[in-house]
Amino acid sequence: MKKSVFLGALTVAGIAAGAAAAGTLDDVKARGKLNCGVTTGVPGFAEPDANGVWQGFDVAVCRAVAAAVLSDPEAVEFVPTTGKTRFTALASGEIDMLARNTTWTFSRDVDLKFEFTGVNYYDGQGFMVPKELGVTSAKELDGATVCIQTGTTTELNLADFFRANNISYEPVPIETGAEAVQQYNAGACDVYTTDASALAAQRANFEDPSAHVILPEIVSKEPLGPLVRHGDNEWADIVRWTLNALVTAEELGVTSVNLAELGGGSDNPEVNRLLGTEGDLGAMLGLDKEWAKRAIGVAGNYGEVFEKNIGESTPIGLARGLNAQWTDGGLIYSPPFR
Amino acid sequence: MSDTELAFVRSEEIPPAPPPASEAGAVKWMRENLFAGWFNTLLTILAIYIIGRFVVFAFPWFWNGVWDAGSIKECRDILSAAGKTTGACFAVLVDRWDHLLFGFKYPAEGYWRPTLAFIMLIFAAAPALFAQYVPRKFLIFTGLYPFIAFWLVWGGSLWVPLCILAAILATAYIFRVVENLDVGARGVLAGIVGAAAGLGLAFLLFQGATELWFISNSVGAGGALGTLASLLFKAASIFMFVFFIPMGIFVGYAIYNDAEDGGLVTVVTALFAIYVMLAYLLSPVSGALNAIIPIELQAVPSRDMGGYMLCLILGTVCVSLSIPLGIVLALGRQSNMPLIKGVCVVFIEFVRGVPLITLLFVANVMLAYFMPPQSNFDLILRVIIMITMFSAAYIAEVIRGGLAALPKGQYEAADSLGLNYTQSIRLIILPQALKISIPGIVNVAVGLFKDTTLVSVISMFDIVGMIRGPIQQSTDWISIYWEVYLFAAMVFFVVCYSISQYSQWLERQLATDHK
Repeated sequence: MKKSVFLGALTVAGIAAGAAAAGTLDDVKARGKLNCGVTTGVPGFAEPDANGVWQGFDVAVCRAVAAAVLSDPEAVEFVPTTGKTRFTALASGEIDMLARNTTWTFSRDVDLKFEFTGVNYYDGQGFMVPKELGVTSAKELDGATVCIQTGTTTELNLADFFRANNISYEPVPIETGAEAVQQYNAGACDVYTTDASALAAQRANFEDPSAHVILPEIVSKEPLGPLVRHGDNEWADIVRWTLNALVTAEELGVTSVNLAELGGGSDNPEVNRLLGTEGDLGAMLGLDKEWAKRAIGVAGNYGEVFEKNIGESTPIGLARGLNAQWTDGGLIYSPPFR
Repeated sequence: MSDTELAFVRSEEIPPAPPPASEAGAVKWMRENLFAGWFNTLLTILAIYIIGRFVVFAFPWFWNGVWDAGSIKECRDILSAAGKTTGACFAVLVDRWDHLLFGFKYPAEGYWRPTLAFIMLIFAAAPALFAQYVPRKFLIFTGLYPFIAFWLVWGGSLWVPLCILAAILATAYIFRVVENLDVGARGVLAGIVGAAAGLGLAFLLFQGATELWFISNSVGAGGALGTLASLLFKAASIFMFVFFIPMGIFVGYAIYNDAEDGGLVTVVTALFAIYVMLAYLLSPVSGALNAIIPIELQAVPSRDMGGYMLCLILGTVCVSLSIPLGIVLALGRQSNMPLIKGVCVVFIEFVRGVPLITLLFVANVMLAYFMPPQSNFDLILRVIIMITMFSAAYIAEVIRGGLAALPKGQYEAADSLGLNYTQSIRLIILPQALKISIPGIVNVAVGLFKDTTLVSVISMFDIVGMIRGPIQQSTDWISIYWEVYLFAAMVFFVVCYSISQYSQWLERQLATDHK
């Protein structure tokens, strides 16, 4: 706790130093590049491809913001951050926003003085076991050895879950995902637990994916989303509403295919407001009329970005599930554009 | 005359018979080395069994290795289609070869640049490493090499490194000129330089004090620790507020006072000159020259460096900087002057008492807090400073061991010859002390080179960072393990083993058998 207070205080120092400069929007425009913090690599979410170009679900958020603000989805400087360096990089002003599989928690929002601008993926912690164990529920895992990444929220969630169900386990601490898979496949542990999206991605590349099952229990809430620093609400608004624009576009049926056509004006006033043919929402953000149109134009709406990077047709193979639109029974929901 | 034959008399020597089969060749060697006694026999059989198991296990894995595939899935499909149960996916090395060597952001059309720089490094190092066989003239190339390599790897205008080189040469010239000035002129110069240095120092201290005051206010947010930290910062700030003017006057006067002897004023003038040239003249002059005759390579920012290249850059630069710095620190620690000795002892003990990874975090994360948000202090430079400091402290201790091992008579002999401090150190003490220290220095250098992989924790993509991040976490090569780590082990082994072989060769060359 003391440490977090100290770090928080340093964060304040960083913000105070940053506040002396102009707002983030002006900084980004003056620089001509958006500094966006991403992971050093999470399959489907952010990874450089064989040509060194960043691809992925989180990367798409960065590109959408860059397109909205700078009219160029390529005007992004991707700053890879580790779990240990991500928050200081944001607090110190090295990056303008962080789109990096970061769980929205109370202490990160309040104590570390960040502003989460929405949720782009609802994740949760799951368990994977070899099918031959015959386990069908996580509650049957009494006495199991569990491979777990150290220093993450998954470690704490695991302890909570096993204590609440009054069963015991033996943790096998692991540093990285690749190491965990290695240990799990070598039989060093009976169970591997991490975020369900990562489990699915890892399992899809096993030699025999069908020999392993992901148990139905999801033991934690992991809402992942982009975040910015406290204290610059105009910038937070831009990031928040860029994400909302992608979500709304899917809800309203605006896709990369019909974007140009709808951009010329349509019968639906909300589509018109979104794409800037009616009203002047862009000016309220300090941007031009077509900001949202450009953001959607990068890779399409939320659903298209999802399908392209982590959807069922990709090797990651994630179903929409919780991440379906609220109209389809999911949690993805944007406030109205009005 | 008896025709009885005489008994047999040997008329010539018999040729030596070959030793019995059990006492010669492979059999003898095996009997003596592998099967001498039941215990050794047992160990041999055990070892053969273990090696055999390993080969049976690992050989098919190597032999079946797939070299051509686009992803780990494809690779497994190829293996299972060929009916093989085990096999390596070396295809990842083919697919991500450039990334492993140069990082994923270095422009592909520029790969020849670091490669050329590396080849030139071999030639640049040769005159220093193999002094007996390479003419001394080639040392000029060694001196020029850092500028060439910097230009090749980072790109940009050729005029920048050239101007830096010119600034260094000009500084050396100014140093000579000031050294040879007559006392009167030097007095005038010392007055000017002393006043400027005193003012500059006072200004810097004032700035530092304000900064500390600012930090103290933001740190005291809450809790006992916060209050304590705040008070400490406040105390330091007040201390500096009180002393910034006296310190300035003191230093200025010390420089002025030194005019007759001249050592201090020479050094300070040279430092001033190079500071002015690098801070104020470098970019306009190089920019203007480049506008007239543009010689440019595509500029590559530091954060785009990666792969094994980054390890080599960090390793080479830090080792070559930390050896001279370590020598200075070691000599400083032996100094009779309390201030110099104190500074060196505190530096060495502080740095040795802190893990390298902490210093790297400070370089990456903490420094960002204490600099204005838009300031662009190169990350690689920060890391180089930290690693150099770290290894210099260790090398200083190794060299101190060498200095301590010299008999006192050596120092006294140097004094009795009438050599001054610099001469005695350069001609008598260091050559012997460094010879003793070679194994230790090489040990530190090899360790340092391997420690460069630690930068992966501060999200720099050296070879291990590339493996742990973009390769193992990519959709194509998710969780691939042995192939990539074996590759990294191999490239490190090549370099580290060469370094240690070189050091053994050097020890033999320098052996004078004064044991």
